[in-house]
Amino acid sequence: MLRELKEEIASGSAEEVISALLERVKRSKLNAYNALAEESALARARKFDGSPWAGRMAGIPIAIKDSISTRGIETTCSSRILQGYIPPYDAHVIERLKAEGAIIIGKTNMDEFCMGTSTETSCFGPTRNPWDTERVPGGSSGGSAAAVAAGEASCALGSDTGGSIRCPASFCGIVGMKPTYGLVSRYGLISYANSLEQIGPLASTVEDAALVLEVIAGHDPRDSTSAKTEGGYLDGLEDGVRGMVCGVPKEYFGEGVDDSVERSVWDAISVLEDLGASWREVSLPHTKYALAAYYIIAMSEASSNLARFDGLRYGLRVGTDKDWHTTFSEIRAAGFGPEVKRRILLGTYALSAGYYGRYYLKALKVRTLIKEDFQRAFQDVDVLVTPTMPFPAFRIGERIQDLLSLYMADVFTVPINLAGVPAISLPCGFAGGLPVGLQIVGDHFAEKTVFRASRAYEDATPHHAARPQEVI
Amino acid sequence: MITGEDVDHISWLASIRVAENEKDEFVDQFNTVLDYFHQLDELDTEDVEPTYRVVELVNVFREDEAKESLPQEESLRNAPKRENGYFKSPRIV
Repeated sequence: MLRELKEEIASGSAEEVISALLERVKRSKLNAYNALAEESALARARKFDGSPWAGRMAGIPIAIKDSISTRGIETTCSSRILQGYIPPYDAHVIERLKAEGAIIIGKTNMDEFCMGTSTETSCFGPTRNPWDTERVPGGSSGGSAAAVAAGEASCALGSDTGGSIRCPASFCGIVGMKPTYGLVSRYGLISYANSLEQIGPLASTVEDAALVLEVIAGHDPRDSTSAKTEGGYLDGLEDGVRGMVCGVPKEYFGEGVDDSVERSVWDAISVLEDLGASWREVSLPHTKYALAAYYIIAMSEASSNLARFDGLRYGLRVGTDKDWHTTFSEIRAAGFGPEVKRRILLGTYALSAGYYGRYYLKALKVRTLIKEDFQRAFQDVDVLVTPTMPFPAFRIGERIQDLLSLYMADVFTVPINLAGVPAISLPCGFAGGLPVGLQIVGDHFAEKTVFRASRAYEDATPHHAARPQEVI
Repeated sequence: MITGEDVDHISWLASIRVAENEKDEFVDQFNTVLDYFHQLDELDTEDVEPTYRVVELVNVFREDEAKESLPQEESLRNAPKRENGYFKSPRIV
């Protein structure tokens, strides 16, 4: 789709394409965007039309999750504490997109500081699922996913700490890819849990996701965890799955998983089998401990990463100045929403004297066991095939009051971040009119294998072509 | 079990004021979540090494060369309070 759009823009007008997109966003009721970069996007489009530049994404409009710093465009993480903050620099991924000719059209809504599974914790109110506006789009990159699904963006960037790209991709019926930890530089990504999170693409097709990843991946000395990799994610995309061995982890099926979701995933496994792959059952025995380990690690890292928000250099400053501790405590109380406070406070507790060993260190050890589960599985199989989410999109308000039930939704996505391996979610059918997502997981830096399996499945099925009606 | 006093202490450590009327709810929620975390106690991890990060890291050195930095005006642009080219903080002592 991006390939066709690029040709359409090159032979037609970037300004027309982007104006139409912006008009569509403005009449939409989905609340997918926090801010539109209308002036700068149209100016750049006109410049492109006047003298077109080359580049893998020349003239292509893209939406950016509001957790990624964009020079000159307000970046809030959907939090009151960052309202009005205009980054003086671009994230590495934004530099890469601009260097390949892309045009940033706006910043998308998300759970506050990426902390959520539904985009309901945003200070700007929830984004709505374009397939059913009473339902959540998933989270935390819900705005990016809803925008792509509803035709309000041709592609988007999200960030994934425990499923935040794959969950909304699944709930909105599009493709979302979390790369191997270290593949994409986190420079300019506003940190939530730095040992878990990666930036990645949300797109309409596997090829589009591979193209965007090709552009944003690559070594960056400003991120000390950035890996040196070769790229080439579009090469061999159509080579098929003949001879590929798919592992089906038994812990990802059964209790707690909707029947309709299981059926769609098993149908998908049959499709891969028909295409020449084989499958076998595997076991990831520590799966049931992943959620607890994930939340302890994520909350602990959050308590440290979010210590920087004090209203001094940027962001919200409320009340009259008292002593510094009281002033900062009041600013932070007013600026953070309830879920962010909970996670910072619990993370502070988990790291505090006397509890470090019981919670944080324990979780890091369990992380080792989970990582080893994956290492063992990838000795025998090329990819793992699972549901992305145990159920389709739930109703707005349905889970937000019951913390644990909301956290449980991440059961199949968080183990992937703990292990640092790459995973994609792609559409594999519908349950009661709502999209179901198939998760394909690869070994470290096996993005090409994941894309190849995904493309073969996509070519053989019609699900990715289904689009919701416009919501106005 | 977490108590109201614990929440006061954590709130002080985290520099987030917790109002009296928020405290009971936090106590309940924290106990529910911590209770869930305790299922990790089932696992014997005595001989397991912790995983702090999943990528192999080595120290990276570079020459200490002066580069252009953010101009003062731009650095201060987002600051809610500033004075004479500085960020203005609340009283520290």
